[in-house]
Amino acid sequence: MLHYFIGNLGHLFVITTFVTAVVTSFCYWKATITSDLSAHQKWIVNGRTGFLIHSAALLGIVASLFIIIFKHYFEYNYAYAHSSIHLPVHYIVSCFWNGQEGSFLLWMFWQAALGIVLMFTQRSWEAPVMTIFALVQAFLASMILGVVIPGLSINLGSSPFILLRDALADPIFKIQPDFIPKDGSGLNPLLQNYWMVIHPPTLFLGFALTLVPFSFCLAGLWQKKYTEWIKPALPWTLLAGAILGVGILMGGIWAYETLSFGGYWNWDPVENAVYVPWLILIASLHTMITYKNSKTALKLSIILVISVFILILYSTFLTRSGILGDASVHSFTDLGLSGQLLVYLLFFTVAAIILAAIRWKEIPSSEKEISTYSREFWIFMGATTLCLMGFQVLIPTSIPVYNKILEIFGVHSTVAPPANQIAFYSKFQLWFAVAVALLSGTGQFFWWKKIDKEKLKHELLAPVLITLILFAMIVVVAQVTNPVYMALVFAGLYIIISNIKVLIGVWKVNPKLSGGAIAHISIGMMLIGIMFSSGYSKVVSLNNTGLLLNKEMGTEFNRDNLLLFINETRTMGGYDIEFLGERIEPRYKAGYVKRTEIEPTDDPFKVVANKDVIFKGKKLYSAKDTFEIYPENTFYEIQLRKGDKVAATLFPRIQINPSMGGILPSPDIARGITSDLYTHVSSSMNRESEPEWGNMEEVNVKIGQQFFVNDYVSVLEGVERITTIPGLPLSNDDVAVQAKIKIEGEHQTYYAEPIFLIKNKSEVGRIAYEIGELGVKITLLNIHPDTNEFSLGLSGRQKDWVIIKAMEKPYINLLWLGTGLLMVGFFVAMVRRFKEKA
Amino acid sequence: MKKSHIIGLVVIAAAIGIIIATAGDASSYVNFDQAYQMSTVGNKSSIHVVGELKKDLRGEITGLEKSPDNLSFSFLLIDENKKEQKVYYNEPMPPDFTRSEKVVVIGSYHGDTFVADKILLKCPSKYQEKKLNAKI
Repeated sequence: MLHYFIGNLGHLFVITTFVTAVVTSFCYWKATITSDLSAHQKWIVNGRTGFLIHSAALLGIVASLFIIIFKHYFEYNYAYAHSSIHLPVHYIVSCFWNGQEGSFLLWMFWQAALGIVLMFTQRSWEAPVMTIFALVQAFLASMILGVVIPGLSINLGSSPFILLRDALADPIFKIQPDFIPKDGSGLNPLLQNYWMVIHPPTLFLGFALTLVPFSFCLAGLWQKKYTEWIKPALPWTLLAGAILGVGILMGGIWAYETLSFGGYWNWDPVENAVYVPWLILIASLHTMITYKNSKTALKLSIILVISVFILILYSTFLTRSGILGDASVHSFTDLGLSGQLLVYLLFFTVAAIILAAIRWKEIPSSEKEISTYSREFWIFMGATTLCLMGFQVLIPTSIPVYNKILEIFGVHSTVAPPANQIAFYSKFQLWFAVAVALLSGTGQFFWWKKIDKEKLKHELLAPVLITLILFAMIVVVAQVTNPVYMALVFAGLYIIISNIKVLIGVWKVNPKLSGGAIAHISIGMMLIGIMFSSGYSKVVSLNNTGLLLNKEMGTEFNRDNLLLFINETRTMGGYDIEFLGERIEPRYKAGYVKRTEIEPTDDPFKVVANKDVIFKGKKLYSAKDTFEIYPENTFYEIQLRKGDKVAATLFPRIQINPSMGGILPSPDIARGITSDLYTHVSSSMNRESEPEWGNMEEVNVKIGQQFFVNDYVSVLEGVERITTIPGLPLSNDDVAVQAKIKIEGEHQTYYAEPIFLIKNKSEVGRIAYEIGELGVKITLLNIHPDTNEFSLGLSGRQKDWVIIKAMEKPYINLLWLGTGLLMVGFFVAMVRRFKEKA
Repeated sequence: MKKSHIIGLVVIAAAIGIIIATAGDASSYVNFDQAYQMSTVGNKSSIHVVGELKKDLRGEITGLEKSPDNLSFSFLLIDENKKEQKVYYNEPMPPDFTRSEKVVVIGSYHGDTFVADKILLKCPSKYQEKKLNAKI
């Protein structure tokens, strides 16, 4: 039975949101332009009603989509493509924004929430601001509209409520139109991480927040309130800076914990696309503060605030139009929305530019020359550096766009993004970061504006001296020899020390004004954290044997990866590294279960324990217990030791999910105060292809006799008659015997129990016993009652192996600590600016 | 000249500098012949080559060779001009390598062999399902 109702209802809500957004925008527009007070009031009421209906319908879409995913209605494409029956409940939330349509919804949701707040708090600004807000909402709603314009056969938007049979041209729907798949294809395993539950909502809240200053700015230009818009917009800009910043960094933490590229930032176009607007946002924030204090930089503020929002739209276009194609690893594929996205981008770009151009002459500007000894000069320089910093990232990130434009004009361009993105961007961004730190460290001393050359020298003396002393200590202790890193450490320390001095001064006067100083200190901490964790990231598994990769080439290569056989210790980078075996994760209990401790059942999601399952001294399950597992995930227990002390036990993961693109590795990280130990699996054994067993060796042994199998000492402990074999019915005449062979592994004792049976008096059967971890298979071949001997067939194969890469990431906690502190700084500053308004 | 004019000029100069630097560091999409020519004239910079893995008549990938310790591997890539080239990669074979439809290799020639510093895989079903593979 197909559930048509919920999808139709959802689609109705989608259309409602679009229509109400257009109507709301129109009402508020009318309210803005009318001079009649009572008509103005009427239009305001209409606009408010429209926006509330719009918001309610938006909640309706969310609820309908949630029901479809939660109830596993796989007749809907969205549920089929992004979820599955066995998906844990907390990730059902992430299914929501796994698809493009869902992420548009998320964006709209936040903007609706912000719109309601503005609607009831901004008396004089309500009408023009909400006109722009509702217009943006209308554009977003059109992205998920899913309507075909009759006659033109233009698809407007991609609805999240389309049925699977309409989304996929699978032949089965011709035969059986009501076909419903039993299970969905599941959530992309890389997104099954708690950061992916909170990173997208945070980032989209940041996106939505950039609309607030943009709307105030445009409203200001439109209503000729050229200077008044800054005051209400400023606290929202601070909030946007905080939320967008933390959202970006959450993405970094997610990448660090989930993707196996060995870091938190890859300079991928998708990352750059949000990094650039954030930089410009921070620049605009500073110029807006400058304007509030000294009435300078108004025009610059207007340009920057507009640019931020346009850049957000541009980043949306880049990541969702499919234009990045070969250039990015993780952009969305084109949903057929690229044209619509381009219209969205161009509409607001052109509208904002035209409006600004018309009003440009009327915007007041300060003609007086700014003094080098003023705070404004330094902020202005800092903001300019931030803009150049963003520009440097934007230019190469847009290479695929240039190629596309040239293609339209018939030119085939072969320009590709820089081959090594990390090295390319880092070498520029690093110096910009140094410049920003030095500028903002110094600029803080001009807080009180009246400062001259002499006073500046006096003020700077102590911080510079302290910075130099600490710098010398760090350089010596941490052995920083690279001059570039030295510059970064110096700049980072300088911004911290100078701002601590400012913080102390400000704190005495009024702690509420300390936001800026705190935020700047945290920037310094982040810089130093980034420098150490990335610049001094050390490959522990480095293999300096200088092996020839190939005789023909004659070039020596170092290997960053390490091949580990089970239970064999290798010494690398000061650690003893050992692979202890494959582990499985139970669904309802924390911990890991050894693959050798469980037997499969008919249901791949259920297993039976063959012995008591103990993890870290705690008993998880008793023998014979049946429990649920996540069959897609295999963990590899890797132990790193220093001497006799276990430095870390890590469980990097490999997830096998054929419908999501095969096999995906995720790292495991042992967090330490001074450094992290990071390990991921680069390659592992393929269990699907038949393991290659060596030739069987036959030995005759008596009970209690020792022998070797695959180099392991083994002993035949006994042979006994058994009456039942699981899965094989035995009659009274059948004879079955089971041998018990003890095998001494490196860390534990294993038992092999092969079976020999005679069925129907003449048919001989042998059930061999495998110990996968050790690469051992034992068959009970024959029984010799005359000599009391037993013939055993011994086969061995290559032991289990895994290839890993292990890294040390020093002082990465400084980065995370700095991030936390940055939020505190933003928050303090924001509270001050919101209060100031009241 | 006013201070703001000087700053303006510096900013414009910096922006031009950035554009020139980008143009200088930008890589390019070429085929194997062009890449080889570049290396013979001493240009060792990394370039992008887009190609497909070599397949035999039955559609099986051929020419895949793993090093004995599994830590590196080589494969045959056919570029857009149908030129076949052996490519070495000093990393273990990515798990989904054989499933990829298109392979972008970023690297350069060392003598007669192409050494990839990085490979990007374009897998057919990574984000968008083409066919239904659910149990009926």
